[in-house]
Amino acid sequence: MGRFGIIGELIPFMAKKQYSLQELDKIANEIRQDIIRMLLEAGSGHSAGPLGMADVFTALYFAVMNHDPKNPDWEERDRLILSNGHICPVRYAAMARAGYFPLEELKTLRKFGSRLQGHPERKKLPGVETTSGPLGSGLSQAAGMAYVAKYIDKKNWRVFCAMSDGEQEAGQTWEAAMFAGKNKLNNLTGIIDRNNIQIDGYVEDIMPLEPLRAKYEAFNWNVIEIDGHNIEEIIDACSQAKATQEKPTCIIAHTIPGKGVSFMENKFEWHGKPPKPEEAKTALRELRAIGVKITGIRE
Amino acid sequence: MVNPKAYLAPEVFAKDVKKTPTRNGYGEGLVIAGEKNPNVVVLCADLSESTRSEYFQKKFPERFVEVGVAEQNMASLAAGMALAGKVPFISSYATFSPGRNNEQIRTTIALNDVNVKIGGAHAGISVGPDGATHQALEDIALMRVMPNMRVIYPCDAIEAKKATAAAAEIEWPVYIRLAREATPVITTEKTPFKFGKAEIFWQGKDLPAQAGVTIIASGPLLYEALLAASKLQKQGISAEVINNHTIKPLDQKTILASVRKTRVVVTVEEHQVAGGMGSAVVEMLAKNFPVPVEMIGVQDRYGESGKPDELLEAFGLTAKYIIQAVKRALRRKR
Ligand SMILES: Cc1ncc(C[n+]2csc(CCOP(=O)(O)OP(=O)(O)O)c2C)c(N)n1
Ligand SMILES: [Mg+2]
Repeated sequence: MGRFGIIGELIPFMAKKQYSLQELDKIANEIRQDIIRMLLEAGSGHSAGPLGMADVFTALYFAVMNHDPKNPDWEERDRLILSNGHICPVRYAAMARAGYFPLEELKTLRKFGSRLQGHPERKKLPGVETTSGPLGSGLSQAAGMAYVAKYIDKKNWRVFCAMSDGEQEAGQTWEAAMFAGKNKLNNLTGIIDRNNIQIDGYVEDIMPLEPLRAKYEAFNWNVIEIDGHNIEEIIDACSQAKATQEKPTCIIAHTIPGKGVSFMENKFEWHGKPPKPEEAKTALRELRAIGVKITGIRE
Repeated sequence: MVNPKAYLAPEVFAKDVKKTPTRNGYGEGLVIAGEKNPNVVVLCADLSESTRSEYFQKKFPERFVEVGVAEQNMASLAAGMALAGKVPFISSYATFSPGRNNEQIRTTIALNDVNVKIGGAHAGISVGPDGATHQALEDIALMRVMPNMRVIYPCDAIEAKKATAAAAEIEWPVYIRLAREATPVITTEKTPFKFGKAEIFWQGKDLPAQAGVTIIASGPLLYEALLAASKLQKQGISAEVINNHTIKPLDQKTILASVRKTRVVVTVEEHQVAGGMGSAVVEMLAKNFPVPVEMIGVQDRYGESGKPDELLEAFGLTAKYIIQAVKRALRRKR
């Protein structure tokens, strides 16, 4: 039980604001702008993956997860493991927007002394749950947590594990999938960023994953495929996962890497580089135009 | 003074010394090895550009194998290829290979004693902003502890090229440690490079008994050791700087010959001091010629994000700290 007993555990529920889909789209758009600004300031880092996952992270932090930004260690919180640590800018931006730390701090990404390490570190920043970057070890940790919640401590908190499609190539991912399937970890939801890019090229060229759905199904998972840019679909899929008994759920989120910035979209070359100043300007202009479309309001 | 027989780059102490990452030398060395030996094959785990194995891929696409993000599989695929008569080089970041795939390397490559070469890029904290997860600081320890495994840590891109080509010629498992950042090109094509043979790059001036020190360095920090030696010379301290590119097997002869004169040692490397090159030297000296040793390296902590220069300074790995270590070592001299 949390520090404030029963009441403390209820606070996040009571305080949890219900956002409209329009508001969520707006937040995702702001997060994308944050990502561009952070990467520009850092001068290194990954662009495509974070932009592509902005809608998923918005849905998780602002609609799906039971969490308390002011109390990141709250015992009853849902856990979000980011397995593909290199997309941490999207997590940092979502966390800052959710109130975990000041937006100002986003500027320190990748700098000496920052809590926002180039790849997320548990011991530096409260709320990141675990250290990641080396691919393929997130799902195991998520399954370990889910196992404790379900079988040992008998708790209701849920575990989410964001993964990339590239790391589906790592054997450990399937060791974890097998474990979760065997143990019917229905409190575990994996979300795969199915953007079809990795570093050396398109995933389906480097090491084809298809049929990915059938693979997870064969490992005794419930699989839901969604448009990873449709926040309503993301939220619905997470609700379905919660309602599923006896099986973990894998949400295959079809996304566009670099989403929202025309010159980055679908280009694996943008996997691991930041925008240059001129490119960032263009990117921010494009994203602001999308923001106007969402809200109809000019800033 | 610079050892004339080392044929170092004439501009090595100039402000605008040429800088190239050692991983580039690895890529070039792969091409040389591939030209010489049609059995050389190169495997990569979704990092062909970063590891420069793409140089080989462009030249010999039919001998290049992309395995995806699967370093464990890559290590044992290579073992299988070696058993089928090939000379495989596996390429990734050192944290993943030989980090992630350590047991696969141990059993299927080292214990099996097959002819596989491991190129580990992005070793050291100078990886910079990517942070601790990507800064390999324990890979020398992981590799040198394995029987049969050979370990080379080139000091610059030219030496990395020679080391990679040389690795293809020796029938042992070999680990080649590489860095991400562009670092000073210290050597020239004429600089001697022989696997297993350490070279004296800076000679002490007659080494007066009380003011002589042996500095043993591996990898790009050798440059900082040379800077330290030239500054120490002006302060009347005479250093002998050894380029210890082959960490295993250690060149006992060269090291002992120097240490018998100086009777004090400073080791320099971008690795945990526990288990690294300095440890290898200390183990050897403890048995053969015990003397005081100061070890420059990472002192039992992980790296973090930052600019490479900032990190080298914060972790105490620059010439300034080598000079301090030399003075500490001299005070301990018996
Ligand atoms: C174990 C491991 N091997 C290699 C890497 C280097 N690496 C970082 S990202 C990446 C690409 C993987 O593809 P994906 O995660 O799908 O990339 P994205 O879609 O975000 O561009 C690789 C190989 C790593 N981080 N971990
Ligand atoms: Mg991908």
